[in-house]
Amino acid sequence: MRKLLFQSLFRRPVTEQAPSSDAAAVTELATAVAYYDLERFGIRFVASPRHADVLLVTGPVTRNMREALQRSYDAMPNPKWVVATGDCARDGGCFAGSYAVVGGVAEVIPVDLHIPGCPPAPTVMLKGLLALLEQAELGAVTP
Amino acid sequence: MPSLIDLALEGRQVRHHAPWPRSVVDTRAWNFAATELARGRWNLLGLWGEPATVHMAVMDEQTAEIAVLSLDCPDHSYPSVGLRHPPAVRLERAVNDLFGLTADGSPDRRPWLDHDQWGVRFPLGDRIETPSKAPLYRFLPAQGDGLHQIAVGPVHAGIIEPGHFRFTASGETVVRLEQRLGYTHKGIEGLMTGAGLARAAELAGRVSGDSTVAYAFAFSRAAEAALGLVVPPRAVWLRALLAELERLANHLGDVGAICNDASFALMHAHCSILRESVLRACDSAFGHRLMRDIIVPGGVRRDLDPDGTEVIQATLAEIRLRFPALVELYDNTASLQDRTVDTGVLKPALARQYAAGGYIGRASGRSFDTRRNLAYPPYDELRFEVPALNEGDVNARVWIRVREVEQTLSLIDQILQRLPKGPAATDPGLQPEPREALAMVEGFRGDVLVWLRLRNGLVERCHLRDPSWFQWPLLEAIIENNIVADFPLCNKSFNCSYSGHDL
Repeated sequence: MRKLLFQSLFRRPVTEQAPSSDAAAVTELATAVAYYDLERFGIRFVASPRHADVLLVTGPVTRNMREALQRSYDAMPNPKWVVATGDCARDGGCFAGSYAVVGGVAEVIPVDLHIPGCPPAPTVMLKGLLALLEQAELGAVTP
Repeated sequence: MPSLIDLALEGRQVRHHAPWPRSVVDTRAWNFAATELARGRWNLLGLWGEPATVHMAVMDEQTAEIAVLSLDCPDHSYPSVGLRHPPAVRLERAVNDLFGLTADGSPDRRPWLDHDQWGVRFPLGDRIETPSKAPLYRFLPAQGDGLHQIAVGPVHAGIIEPGHFRFTASGETVVRLEQRLGYTHKGIEGLMTGAGLARAAELAGRVSGDSTVAYAFAFSRAAEAALGLVVPPRAVWLRALLAELERLANHLGDVGAICNDASFALMHAHCSILRESVLRACDSAFGHRLMRDIIVPGGVRRDLDPDGTEVIQATLAEIRLRFPALVELYDNTASLQDRTVDTGVLKPALARQYAAGGYIGRASGRSFDTRRNLAYPPYDELRFEVPALNEGDVNARVWIRVREVEQTLSLIDQILQRLPKGPAATDPGLQPEPREALAMVEGFRGDVLVWLRLRNGLVERCHLRDPSWFQWPLLEAIIENNIVADFPLCNKSFNCSYSGHDL
């Protein structure tokens, strides 16, 4: 039963990469897709936040990107999750304090999971996403 | 006709600017330089500000002479270079946003990096602590029957960085593309000011993640030139090894990703495997997949051991075994060639005008590579060719990358064979007086430029110029008369950096 719920919950696309200010995390993310074949875990990157269950955010949130991040989040259907990817996405990392940086993702939208690293290796991202799926599965069964 | 050096000598030479001269010039000399740029005699390498000064770096491509010309702007304005030489326009808009220095006569006075979100104007100049209340950003118009606009981004459908593209199309054909960038502006040059060398090197390595080695390399070379520091030979060679590994990984990834945007996923899968093998080798040999924070002023922070050498050699052997078959697949797949040949043609004249670096310039007849033209060590002692083509289409940009992969494999071989023994770092020390320098390093997408002034071991001002500054505008030009569906292909064949540009 739980397995069934899991499948139905995540049969659809899971992730959408949004406001990134870190090219490194982006390339590592692309590797995770191409090399590790994320789709076998039911995770697929989609073209629009409107089709996404999970928003994956990399890099610090810049002031110029703040509105786009908020609007990406607002465009997602419920239930939805947010993953902050990399040290910069947690608190702005080494860019914290700049006039152009808001800080971490949690300053703008609620974050469900933070994956550490500068940038996190693809395997670390994969582990994080799988952990999130597991948690979401539990959450879906409990109520 | 004064040469570049003559012009530089004409002004007031700045002491301790290495290795090329910097001169404070008057308006006449500044305008003369702009005219020479417009005539195509010199190349614009960069244009940047300080609170009351504007600088431009120019190069005579024939002689590889470089000079930095500086103009004092007591009334916060200077004669526009962009008026005569369009490649300067975006740089001048950025200088205005950050420093409040106006380019008199500029054909485009709209803001560029400032999206009216910072809560402060001119953050690096005379700050004004209020938003600009700027009028709505106006995209350039296009007129004609039945035109429609397509707005794309800043959040994209693919896994790439954010930026906005405004297409005006007539049916399927693109009439005009205009970019709006700056979304990833992090204020790195602001954070640099007052930073110590270690922190500044860390920031430089985070300007554009896929070029972290190139940036750390360029920053360190600039710092060392400023301090007059001699780096141990082993570090010099290790740096080239790191730079070539970065180039290899990125080119392999790009070749696959370009094909993927022509819906040829097979190449993407195979190239991703090869790219991943390089990143894993880097991780084993240097402790970080992207080799971040390894190059620092004074040397490298991590030496290569025999195990690391072995891993790298095994990876090279694997690539030599598999890559030729992929190249053949690319060359012999007619449906793929149909997409890449004659698509997104960059004319050689435009590549020259913008001094476009990297595979973009080299696929359009501009045979320029700082590793050869400026021959910084250890490249002065290494054998390699700089491939160039004249076609300027997506296909040519793929082939330049393919040829550069081959050159890079050979360079890595040579470096591993000849790696000198000895220490891999030296203490940078500090100089109480102001010391300035300019450095250029060949990253995978072109020449990365770093200019800095150090005082008492701290960065007083540091400017980092990504090659994308002179490549992004060309993407607008080449998409004209192509169909909208070919934009991803053209864009990927350029693969400009958003982060590196926005800074």
